[in-house]
Amino acid sequence: MSASDHAALSSQLSTPHVGGANVREVHDSFHGDLLEVSMGPHHPSTHGVFRMIVTLDGETIVKLKPVFGYLHRNHEKLGETVTYLGSMPYTDRLDYLSSMTNNWAYALAVEKLAGQAVPERAEYVRVILAELTRLLNHTCLAGFLMQDCGCSGTPLMYAFREREYILDLFESLSGSRMMCNYQRFGGCRVDPSADWLTGAQKLADRYGTFLDEFETLLTGNEIIIARTQGVGKLSPELAISAGVTGPMLRATGVNYDLRKVDAYGVYPRFDFRVPLGDHGDVYDRYMIRVLEMRESIKILQQALAGLPAGPIMDPKAKLRSFRPKAGEAYGRIEGPKGEIGFYLLSDGSPNPYRYRIRPPSFINLTVLEDMCLGHTVADAVIILGSVDIVLGEVDR
Amino acid sequence: MLGTGLLQGLGVTAKNFVGSFHDPARLTTIEYPEVKTKLPEAYRNFPFLVTENATDPMGTLRCVACQICEKECPPQCIYIEKSKDKKPDATGKPQLFPAVFAIDTSVCMSCQICVEVCPFEAIKMDQVYEIATTDRFSALLLNREQLAKSNAYYHEIHPTEAAEVDARLAAERKAAEEKAAAAAAAKAAAAVAKASPVAKPPLTA
Repeated sequence: MSASDHAALSSQLSTPHVGGANVREVHDSFHGDLLEVSMGPHHPSTHGVFRMIVTLDGETIVKLKPVFGYLHRNHEKLGETVTYLGSMPYTDRLDYLSSMTNNWAYALAVEKLAGQAVPERAEYVRVILAELTRLLNHTCLAGFLMQDCGCSGTPLMYAFREREYILDLFESLSGSRMMCNYQRFGGCRVDPSADWLTGAQKLADRYGTFLDEFETLLTGNEIIIARTQGVGKLSPELAISAGVTGPMLRATGVNYDLRKVDAYGVYPRFDFRVPLGDHGDVYDRYMIRVLEMRESIKILQQALAGLPAGPIMDPKAKLRSFRPKAGEAYGRIEGPKGEIGFYLLSDGSPNPYRYRIRPPSFINLTVLEDMCLGHTVADAVIILGSVDIVLGEVDR
Repeated sequence: MLGTGLLQGLGVTAKNFVGSFHDPARLTTIEYPEVKTKLPEAYRNFPFLVTENATDPMGTLRCVACQICEKECPPQCIYIEKSKDKKPDATGKPQLFPAVFAIDTSVCMSCQICVEVCPFEAIKMDQVYEIATTDRFSALLLNREQLAKSNAYYHEIHPTEAAEVDARLAAERKAAEEKAAAAAAAKAAAAVAKASPVAKPPLTA
């Protein structure tokens, strides 16, 4: 690091622009050299191959540069070379924890492009699967976040135990635990059987009990409160101007949920609330997810009760030789991590001319430095954990 | 009081720890190679080719080498070469068959799109998951002899789906037979009419 960089960073230090409860006052007389630490890409706390170049003064972070792209696999260009249907299994591999919502967002974009209608039963099944995905994703996130805090194993294993029950449902419906490839343009691939619906109903009935247990274990725990409250604060203004969406945005107190704003699918028929935080710190982001899971259970119960009979696929939907007319469409839904959107530009050929993804965790990651400044390295780990990233989606 | 949350949390872990000794439902893991979970019917991993008759697998492949799956496969792991001659297919119609049909399972991503686009019910998803090999090239490139599995095996792994497929194929075969019979009858009638014009009833009395 050059002398001028050092001087610039030292001058920043006198006015740290993020004030958390844990920020130590740094005295100029103790300033030594700044230390550059490269965290990752092979660090277990970075949730994949993600690298943070952290500049430290003592233990305080004065600069953080995220480096990603280690998992880049040309996803968007690949989407332009395969057919519309052929992109569907690739969307599973974006955010591999929530393949059902990725499928839905992509199917929605193509349906908009082709003017394809979706039967009512399929819409209900999509809601059921999206809410199951939300449960799965948030449960895992809470487990991983606690692992990052240092609760080694127990919460994560409890979370994974419950996740496995949801994955069993996905597997018996779609044939694969994580790479579901289930949604189609104009409906869903297979009709859920009565047995499957009973299984989903049982899970929805039981999940609240698990959440009670999970919350007894974590929410009131003094160590977790001390570690997470006041850490990684994000202001609503910054969150909005950076385009942050999902639980990250709602933890800052901004009421923005696409299920209410866009009212896509059959969501307007369900009665649910959008939980909001007011500090925008790590603890709020954790609590938002727990509260969202409780709302998801409510939606699940209503959707399972109101599931209509009828076809699961639009009989006019085309599988082979699918060529939407020239035009463009943007389909977006509220995924567990935020707004997941697909932008498609068609020139009338079997492949999209342009295929663009709006990945929620990538855009949420852009405010990482602003949240981490003034905190310690250990806090940077839990702040990154609370952003909820999946590198398959960040790097594409 | 400070510490209450911690103690409550410890209570939860204690309950789970003790519970796993008493309640079998709490045991969520199994001893894998000795015990195996029952796979759900929908489970899929790699494709196989359906044959009608296990004793003559290459002669009774349902595949007619139309190459739709080859075109639709997203990672392009299927390679097909058409035959020069024809043989009757499941509905009795003379069709081409694949002289070469290869699937590179190291490329395949188990997405099931080949199964969905196949109009002849010829390719289906297998459930064999213990497929580790020490050779990563030829052992993972499966040819048509390795891919061919009988319809009875298909019934074994996906009973509901296979029953539906069989019913649909039987209906198609019946329709084809009826059509052929009707055509034959029409042809015979026409031949009879042509052979004996005298027997034709006079148009006017």
